[in-house]
Amino acid sequence: MSDIAERVKKIVIEHLGVDAEKVTDNASFIDDLGADSLDNVELVMAFEEEFGVEIPDDAAETIQTVGDAVSFLEKNSA
Amino acid sequence: MRRVVVTGLGMVTPLGCGVDVTWSRILEGRSGAGRPDTFEVSDLACQVACEIPRGDGSDGTFNPDDWMEPKEQRKVDDFIVYSVAAADQALADAGWKPETYEDQISTGVLIGSGIGGLLGIEQNALLLKEKGPRRLSPFFIPGRLINLCSGHVSIKHGLKGPNHAVVTACSTGAHAVGDAARLIALGDADVMVAGGAESPIGRLALAGFAACRALSTGFNDDPQRASRPYDKDRDGFVMGEGAGCVVLEEYEHAKARGAKIYAEVIGYGMSGDAYHITAPAEDGDGAYRCMQAALKRAGIGPSDIDYVNAHGTSTPLGDEIELGAVSRLMGDAAGKLTMSSTKSSVGHLLGAAGAVEAIFSVLAIRDNVAPPTINLDNPSIETDIDLVAHKPKQMQIDTVLSNSFGFGGTNASLVFRRVAD
Repeated sequence: MSDIAERVKKIVIEHLGVDAEKVTDNASFIDDLGADSLDNVELVMAFEEEFGVEIPDDAAETIQTVGDAVSFLEKNSA
Repeated sequence: MRRVVVTGLGMVTPLGCGVDVTWSRILEGRSGAGRPDTFEVSDLACQVACEIPRGDGSDGTFNPDDWMEPKEQRKVDDFIVYSVAAADQALADAGWKPETYEDQISTGVLIGSGIGGLLGIEQNALLLKEKGPRRLSPFFIPGRLINLCSGHVSIKHGLKGPNHAVVTACSTGAHAVGDAARLIALGDADVMVAGGAESPIGRLALAGFAACRALSTGFNDDPQRASRPYDKDRDGFVMGEGAGCVVLEEYEHAKARGAKIYAEVIGYGMSGDAYHITAPAEDGDGAYRCMQAALKRAGIGPSDIDYVNAHGTSTPLGDEIELGAVSRLMGDAAGKLTMSSTKSSVGHLLGAAGAVEAIFSVLAIRDNVAPPTINLDNPSIETDIDLVAHKPKQMQIDTVLSNSFGFGGTNASLVFRRVAD
C-alpha cells in the first residue's frame, strides 16, 4: 500500500469512526462507511490539509470512495 | 386546559452525571466549584468555575462516550452532548420509548440554551483568521446552534412532535419547562422532553461575564466558598455547566400507562423588567409580578407555597432584590416560608439553571426535604424566611415555586405540586 493510501485511510478511520478493515479501496464513504454529505465535505477538507492541496468543488464531487481519494491525491499532491 | 405532570428526570451537573448522584451530593452540602485547569486562568478576574467531573462514568463522573459516539462529539459543542445525556436519562426514567407513529408525533422536544456553542464559535473565528475560510468545517454551524439540542434528541429518539428551543439567558431552562407544559396543556403534544443546556466555561465567557461585573472575584484561592447566596461576603456568581431535562406528560396519558408521577406543573408565570440589560429592577417588581402570575395560573395563594427554589445567584444586588420580592409576595406568610439557592452547590448553569432547579424542586417534593444554601455564614439582611443555611431541612413539602431571572430583564416562575396517589 502506498504512503498516500495509508494516510488517506487513517483520515477516513478517524473522521468516520469506522473499523480499519472496512476501509477498502472500493468502500464508498456514504454507502459503506456511514458518511453523510457533510461528512464528505469534511473528509475532503481533511485531505486538503494533510496533503497540502486544494481540491476544487467539481473534483471533490468525484471523490466518492477511498480509492477515488487515493488516485486523485496520487495525481495531484506534490 | 389539560393537566401536565413530570414523569422523568435527567441531568449532568458539576456535582456529577445523573439525578441521584447530584441530589445526594447537594444534600451532603458539597460544592462543585474549583479552579479550571484545562485553560489559562491566571490573568482572569474570576478564576473559579463549576465544571462537570469527567471520567470513565464511575463514581458519578461524566463519560461523554456513554451518550454520544466520539465522531459525533467532535462535531458539536459540549452543551449538545450534555443535553443528549440528560434527555436520555429523563426518557429512560419515564419509561417512555415512542415506537408507533402516533406516539412519535405526539412527543416533542423543547430544550434551550442561554448562549449555545460559544467555545466552538471562538475556535472557528480564530481558525478563520489564521487559516482562511476554506478551513471551516461544515459542522461548525450545526454544532453551535442552540436548537440543535432539540434536534439531536429528536433524531436519536424519533420524537416527531413540536421541536422548539428557548433562548432567554438565565431564565432559559424555566421558560423551556413552562412553555413545554403549555404545549401539552393546549394539546399540541402529549409528551415533551424539556430543559436547558450550557457549556460556557472558557476564557471568553469568564472574561465576558467578568466584564459585566457579574462573577465572583474574591474567592480565587478558595473556590468552594465563592458561591454564597445571601451571605454578606458574596461578590458575584460562579459559572457552571451542564444540562437538565424533564419528561412532561399529559396527566391522563401518564396514568393510562402507569407512569411514575413526580409532581404536577400547576403554575407558570412570566414577566419583563423593562429596566436594564443586566441589572434587575431595584424594586423587584419584575420578579414579584412573575411569581404572582405563576400563582394566579396555579390558582393558589402565597401561603400555599412550602418551599421556594430561588434564583439566588450570589450577586450583591440580585439576591436581596429577589428576597425582597418574595417577602412582598408572601406578606404575613413569610415567617413560615423556606427558600434556598442550590446555586450555592452547583454554581450558575445559566441556560440550564432553570431546568436543573425545576428538577431539584420536584425532588424536594418527592423527598420532603429542602436542599441547603451552603456557605451562608452571615446573611446580609434580616429576614423571616428560612434560607436553609448549610444543612438540608426535612419538612413536609407539597408545593414548590422555582424562580429564574435573566439578562434583558426576563423572568420565569414555575410552580410544582405533589399529586395525590
